[in-house]
Amino acid sequence: MEVIGKSVIRKEALEKVTGRAKYTNDYHSVSMLSGHKVISPFGHAKIVDIDTEEAWKVPGVHAILAGNHYPLTGEAIRDRPVIAVDKVRYHGEVVALVVADSPEQAKTAGDLIKVQYELLPVVNSPTQAFQKDAPLVHERLGEYKKEEDSHPVPDTNIATHIKIRKGNMEKGWSESDTVVEATFSFAPSDHAAMETRCATAEIMPDGNIIIMTSSQAPFMVKRLISDYFGEDLGKIIVHTPFVGGAYGGKAPVQLEILAYLASKEVGGKPVKIFNTREEDIITSPCHIGLDATVKLGADRNGKIRAAEIQHLWDGGAYSDKAIDVTRSGAVDCTGPYNIENVWCDSYCMYTNHPYASPFRGFSHSELSFVIERTMDLLAQKLNMDPLELRYINAIRPGNTTPTRVRLNKSNLGNLPKCIEKVREIFNWDEGPVKEINERFIRVKGVSCSWKTSTIDTNAPSGAIITFNKDGSLNLMTGVIEIGTGTKTVLAQILAERLKMDVDKIHVRMEVDTQTMPEHFKTVASRGTFMAGRAVLNAADDVINQLKEVAACALRAPKEDLEVADSRVFLRDDPAIGLHFKEVGYGYTYPNGNAIGGQIIGRGKYILRHLTHLDPETGAGKPGPEWSVAAYGVEVEFDRRDYTYRVVKACTVVDIGKVLNEKAALGQVMGAMSMGIAFASRETFYFDELGRVLNPQLRTYRPLRYGENPEYLVGFVETPQLDSPYGARGVGEFGLMGMPGALGNALSVAAGVSLNHLPLIPELIWKAKEGET
Amino acid sequence: MLPFDFDYYKPETLKEAVDLFQYLDQQGNQPMFFSGGTELITLGRIDLAYTDAVIDIKDIAESKVMKVSGDHLILGSTLSLTEIEEANLFPLLTKTASEIADHTARGKITLGGNICAQIFYREAVLPFLLADSQVLIIGPEGKKVIPINEIFHEQLRLKRGEFLVQLATDSRFITAPFISIKRRQQWDTGYPLITIAALKTGQELRVAISGLCPFPFRSKEVESVLNNIEMSLEARVQGAIELVPDPILDDVEGSAEYRLFVLQNLFYDVLARLER
Amino acid sequence: MKFHTITLNINGNNRVVTVRSADTLLYALRGKLGLTGSKPGCLNGDCGACTVNLDGWPMKSCLMLAVEAIGKKVTTIEGLQNAPIQQAFVENFAFQCGYCTPGFIMNCHSLIEQHPDADDEKIKEWLESNICRCTGYAEIERAVKSVLKKNRVP
Repeated sequence: MEVIGKSVIRKEALEKVTGRAKYTNDYHSVSMLSGHKVISPFGHAKIVDIDTEEAWKVPGVHAILAGNHYPLTGEAIRDRPVIAVDKVRYHGEVVALVVADSPEQAKTAGDLIKVQYELLPVVNSPTQAFQKDAPLVHERLGEYKKEEDSHPVPDTNIATHIKIRKGNMEKGWSESDTVVEATFSFAPSDHAAMETRCATAEIMPDGNIIIMTSSQAPFMVKRLISDYFGEDLGKIIVHTPFVGGAYGGKAPVQLEILAYLASKEVGGKPVKIFNTREEDIITSPCHIGLDATVKLGADRNGKIRAAEIQHLWDGGAYSDKAIDVTRSGAVDCTGPYNIENVWCDSYCMYTNHPYASPFRGFSHSELSFVIERTMDLLAQKLNMDPLELRYINAIRPGNTTPTRVRLNKSNLGNLPKCIEKVREIFNWDEGPVKEINERFIRVKGVSCSWKTSTIDTNAPSGAIITFNKDGSLNLMTGVIEIGTGTKTVLAQILAERLKMDVDKIHVRMEVDTQTMPEHFKTVASRGTFMAGRAVLNAADDVINQLKEVAACALRAPKEDLEVADSRVFLRDDPAIGLHFKEVGYGYTYPNGNAIGGQIIGRGKYILRHLTHLDPETGAGKPGPEWSVAAYGVEVEFDRRDYTYRVVKACTVVDIGKVLNEKAALGQVMGAMSMGIAFASRETFYFDELGRVLNPQLRTYRPLRYGENPEYLVGFVETPQLDSPYGARGVGEFGLMGMPGALGNALSVAAGVSLNHLPLIPELIWKAKEGET
Repeated sequence: MLPFDFDYYKPETLKEAVDLFQYLDQQGNQPMFFSGGTELITLGRIDLAYTDAVIDIKDIAESKVMKVSGDHLILGSTLSLTEIEEANLFPLLTKTASEIADHTARGKITLGGNICAQIFYREAVLPFLLADSQVLIIGPEGKKVIPINEIFHEQLRLKRGEFLVQLATDSRFITAPFISIKRRQQWDTGYPLITIAALKTGQELRVAISGLCPFPFRSKEVESVLNNIEMSLEARVQGAIELVPDPILDDVEGSAEYRLFVLQNLFYDVLARLER
Repeated sequence: MKFHTITLNINGNNRVVTVRSADTLLYALRGKLGLTGSKPGCLNGDCGACTVNLDGWPMKSCLMLAVEAIGKKVTTIEGLQNAPIQQAFVENFAFQCGYCTPGFIMNCHSLIEQHPDADDEKIKEWLESNICRCTGYAEIERAVKSVLKKNRVP
């Protein structure tokens, strides 16, 4: 391996450290109008009247969109008005959109729009939503258009219900000598990407709709605008430049639709819709909350025999992507353990909260917290080492998943090996508790996680390679550079296959949906796998074409040719050959005759063998492979104040193959940091009207410099045979295990079971107070 | 982005600033003195602050003073918190100020701006309350010098058209033993759960607190209980807690009950540090 | 006056711009001068993505009116030319999405200038003014320390 595994400097590095890298909001023209959203100040209220008269008097106002019945939107269920009509269902929901020459004018006008509300009873948690007499968030749930595998229950707040029925529960419980059961909860929170979402739209005289957006899913923008509004697919052209962090939050389609409607309203002029931080936190989709109950039974050896799980996901006011998150949470509900008898009900609940979107890990950090806390309760009751309990139950080849997929050495990572490595680098055997003095104590907690990516069964990816006359290559894929470095890794994959210098490969960073092959979405750690396969496919196509031209020019059979170092040459006599610059644009004979023409490599990939789930049992193959990881967190806990510091955080992930070492380490450490923040501090605080009380970065607090722990990262490499060079997804690991490991460490440190997030000192104090 | 427009003036003298305010006020404009201006900018954009005219006082010589004059340290109101920290002429103030907002923001936030802030923590005032400092105020009636403890009740009680120019602090307080602790919900920068500053002069302990109530305060009653060495440590702490003013904050940073729990331990820490 | 035509010294050049009194320096840099390297992350002084260097010190350009910058020397990320901290960010993978990077670099650069001997505590005090949501800060720490260390060698 020449290039694979090396810490190749990221292709966009210089742009990013010089301020020249451009993001959606950095593109602005004089003619571009600005949109301002008027948002709901309440969680649930009837819209009695909207008075726009004063707003229209503000100079520079071009349009005010309010009260119109546009087609309903939503990915799994069409339940969401683009702009609220009749009633608002969450704090921050858009009730009107003003389009004006400048952002100040638009805001001034927006402030003058008078909306009269009549308060409605608020559904403030998924548990409340689940009660029989709960107020309804959607009265006409039964009438909405929906996808086939969404299962809403009319006249309730259930947006979907996913069932997992595996094995025989009666048998499982009868084999269980020890049973533990616990309930857990945490409220929604936010992705808090540093770039707030932004979209622009312009409609050209020929009907072309030009959109630019900070999105993980530009191809989805194209598809959905076509679906919702009947526009020709080919006329919708979506551009995505660099994206300033996404973490799942930029997979849903929202501002693009507002920009499109706004542009349409002003005769196609370009309009920009930009989120303020406050809007980005409450108006746009957030990180899902969860109320859950977990019951585990184990025999006297600690082997888990039965698991019964209920998830009530806080999907918020609209189901959108929360339905997929709910399904994903169900299919891996047990965590990475071999359990024969599983019963899970995973409900996506409507509430009057901001609506949910995927969050890095796609339900798996959430489900892992509830499972991993229960695992520790089980270990405690069994009087067993918690890491040992995980080891003996670790999922292994030959076992089946909750949806009954038979696992093997390729489609499953090696969890026992990850656990062993955590034991070693986290120094677990020195014991989890270290007394410092009568006030301070150091405690370690552990956890595990797994994940399969439940993306569309027919999700596509593609790659195009073209040549420059100097023999260098251009690589184009539909993967968005959201910060993960995937575009650089794809160049490494290409360089490795062509055995060439990665510096001679130019990568197109910006994506546009008109000229680049579709890549499903830049989500679910699928960029490297799917686009990587497409790149390999395109590389083979390039090799074949190079050899064809060279075979003719060199008067040698194709099979005798080899490609390396930007040359195609005779295997047995490398001196005889041609440089890419002599064949990339066809070969020209000394007399002027030319053959071949420019080489354009094309590659594609589509996932295989994925199925929908059986609605009654959940049986089916939801994703291509299961990656695994094991974790540790060490805290220093103050027994007087209930405050603590995260001293160390450890992740060992089976990455299949390290493609770019520093990039991979960065992904894992960054994910750990985000996981620690989610576990220890981040949450929305709601009042009784369903209002989010902390929609700013001074009250909603991501981790800052120096608040991070020391990171310990280890890799296990069990190749996934059908993946480029065996690599497995890595961007979401690191995060998933942090809430569980932190909760486990603190529960030991404080001597009380901590079942809620975030784990702030006040929560621990309350739990202790509740005890006495 | 501020949606409203305003006039911007930058007077060079105190008199000019005061006259300008009066003039604009009489014209029916809504003028505002401005030094760091971070509150106008951040609260203005969410419709919680407004002005028709900004009078930027930060280039007025008197308000930029930082000097020792005889027994007193004089600090101008438009010094940025960073300038004060870097000079470090009043260690208790350095420590307390260095926990406000974050380092870069403190390069813009000024001493006077923090003390006169709409956001109610106003932690920079705590050291001055403890040190019985004097404040120099200018207004339509001219200059006046007043003990801070006479004019600061929850906030600096300025009359319309007045602003804070300087604070003068006796050097014996500047060298006195002190402690300043800031406790936050779960992080190292930004708003407090509780900030407590304490100073010892002779055998007398003084404490001032921000973040407990929707205003900073120094309470003689609390101090007298804490100083009552006839009582047991526990009784003094409990007694002090019973005497803190109402209301106790109950918000996203923490509940009222939890704040009292935190306060109790902070009192123990203050006593342990300063009562040796 | 609600509008002003002012001269700002940006990256060593005098630039004449017309601004509202109410326009922030960030708005003037991005909207009037096309210097989009300084990023809006919160417009509220909380995140540090808009940090520039003002007379040698870090400044959140969203917390400052453009008119307040008259007579000051403003350096934005576009004004840094091969600064060691930029190279250090590249080599240490101290960015991912890149959005917080210009602000972080300007703050680091100011720190290195003002406190070439900064210790851990000083580094933390300064750098906790910025939020990076992608990295876990380990790479940023390594980058800034690598430059401070190089400077220390006589």
